[in-house]
Amino acid sequence: MLEALLMYLKVIFVGGTICMLAQLIVIRTKITPARILVIFLMVGAILGGFGLYNYVVDWAGAGATLPIIGFGNALANGAISAAKTDGFFGALSGGLIATSAGIAISIGFSYLVSFFVSSRTKKD
Amino acid sequence: MIDKQARNEEYIAYVEKKSPKAGWAISLFHAFLMGATICCLGQMFSDIIRSFFPMLDLLTLGSWINVIVITLTILLTAFGCFDRIAKFGGAGTFIPISGFANSIASCAIEFKKEGLVFGVGAKMFYVAGPVLVNGVAYSLIVGIVYFIIGLL
Repeated sequence: MLEALLMYLKVIFVGGTICMLAQLIVIRTKITPARILVIFLMVGAILGGFGLYNYVVDWAGAGATLPIIGFGNALANGAISAAKTDGFFGALSGGLIATSAGIAISIGFSYLVSFFVSSRTKKD
Repeated sequence: MIDKQARNEEYIAYVEKKSPKAGWAISLFHAFLMGATICCLGQMFSDIIRSFFPMLDLLTLGSWINVIVITLTILLTAFGCFDRIAKFGGAGTFIPISGFANSIASCAIEFKKEGLVFGVGAKMFYVAGPVLVNGVAYSLIVGIVYFIIGLL
């Protein structure tokens, strides 16, 4: 029980801190959100490429995988582990395979939703 | 003739005055709160899934959490309540994977009018495209570098 509570504290700490850092960049500089997403993705891919981010994932679980840094880490990790088993072909396919479920559901479900929902004119 | 320089400076001062200045400490706190909430939700789902399938490895589990959070985000976007959450949370909503999902879904809905091919199909990736392109490029670089190091 105590262990579970501690885990959630770690999740709150890591997830919250990453988001707070991004918000600090938003406030202090004029970098647009899309650029910040790409910067954080790059940080994740670099950390994942050196295998450092897996320690954070082991420590903080979803607090580390859900932010976009975790997405970059999953891409890099997938490429590395597939390159180990399948050689050059794995190096090409591994990254997308590791993240394919998330990408596919985002595209597919958004496509489906766009049939049923129309954009509303903003009221305020 | 109007002095352009002076006019521009005046305009910039006007924009500075008009743009909302929520206390930055408060917006930092909101981002922390929202990020922590989304990550806690993810951890909760992961604990639930793990209690049903204890043998699942970490990577698959991470994918599962992503899928669940993405689905919830797109549902909220479809019902139109995600805007308010995003306004409150700032970076706390767009740094987790929910921001990626929301950008795809809201662009798909927004550009529905322009048709299925050049509207939904093309403009869906207006914000998410850079993330995908960069992500795939980085994973290729990492994979190929790792493959070459493995050969040596």
